Amino acid sequence: MGEAIVITSGKGGVGKTTTTANLGTALALMGQKVVLVDTDIGLRNLDVVLGLENRIVYDLVDVVQGNCRLKQALIKDKRLEGLYLLPAAQTKDKTAVSPEQMRNLVGELKKEFDYILIDCPAGIEQGFKNAVAGADRGIVVTTPEVSAVRDADRIIGLLEAEGINNPRLIINRIRPKMVRTGDMMGIEDIIEILAIDLIGVIPDDETIIVTTNKGEPAVYDQNSRAGQAYRNIARRIMGEEVPLMNLEEEGLISKVKKFLGINR
Amino acid sequence: MLEFLMKLLGKEQQTSKTLAKERLRLVLVQDRTNVSPELLQNLKEDLIAVITKYMEIDEKALEVNIDSHEEQVALIANIPIKNVKRSAKVQAN
Repeated sequence: MGEAIVITSGKGGVGKTTTTANLGTALALMGQKVVLVDTDIGLRNLDVVLGLENRIVYDLVDVVQGNCRLKQALIKDKRLEGLYLLPAAQTKDKTAVSPEQMRNLVGELKKEFDYILIDCPAGIEQGFKNAVAGADRGIVVTTPEVSAVRDADRIIGLLEAEGINNPRLIINRIRPKMVRTGDMMGIEDIIEILAIDLIGVIPDDETIIVTTNKGEPAVYDQNSRAGQAYRNIARRIMGEEVPLMNLEEEGLISKVKKFLGINR
Repeated sequence: MLEFLMKLLGKEQQTSKTLAKERLRLVLVQDRTNVSPELLQNLKEDLIAVITKYMEIDEKALEVNIDSHEEQVALIANIPIKNVKRSAKVQAN
């Protein structure tokens, strides 16, 4: 039996879809059988982040409404053997699926896959209720901003109301330099306010934009610091103890060393 | 530049980070308490029941609200007293 993890945030634009794509890819790179479920019906994006937008034939709504079998709607990743996507429908809305149907669907997927990562839409309405319906665990993504942390707090409460206790926190797009000068909330500040356990911190990293442009998750890029952070989180999801990476940007000397191939 | 000089002179300036944290803390207390009008009404009735044992109050003018002042969130009750009962004074002593 696999495990279903919902990735949520409340606020839009904090990096849920990027996180889902990267964690799924990282887990599959470690040999796990993974399916990513896009529940953002009407505003699907997980397909483009993974570079699979041209392969969609059937979607989540088709499966739920019985227009196709589950296997027909699952899209196999271009590169990884164990990675699949169940895309959202683009022409319907959130009410096309019920929480009950989602629970059944995720139950089916758990028989086949080790990890089911559910990309939750922004907001707290039906889309959220659908996304959390079949989940065993929750990951809350936030950024070091007042609005994102506030929404994360609300989502943590709603997750607990849905029976998903102890969700884990990912702090995305942190800028160590700004934290040091006192112009951005740091890890401790956010943990203190939200009072939940951290599962990882992603530094603000331009490589994410480049990799997303290409439709290739950053975890493939060995030089991407965000990619490294996501790989670490994937290992933590699998129960490994991995210390937080050093978030500080590399100095010139270590960059040169890396360029010359000198191991540190 | 000015900030740098202020720091050199040891004048502690409030950073935007501490401001963000303070604002968050306040807004979250309000979000989390989620005090409904119904709850406030019940609280009001209970308050009246207790206070009228000791003093005569203007029940219609009584106000109970959740309010935030600077860094604190408080329950503010405005209870106009009409008359203090004689027996209450004795008890208080």
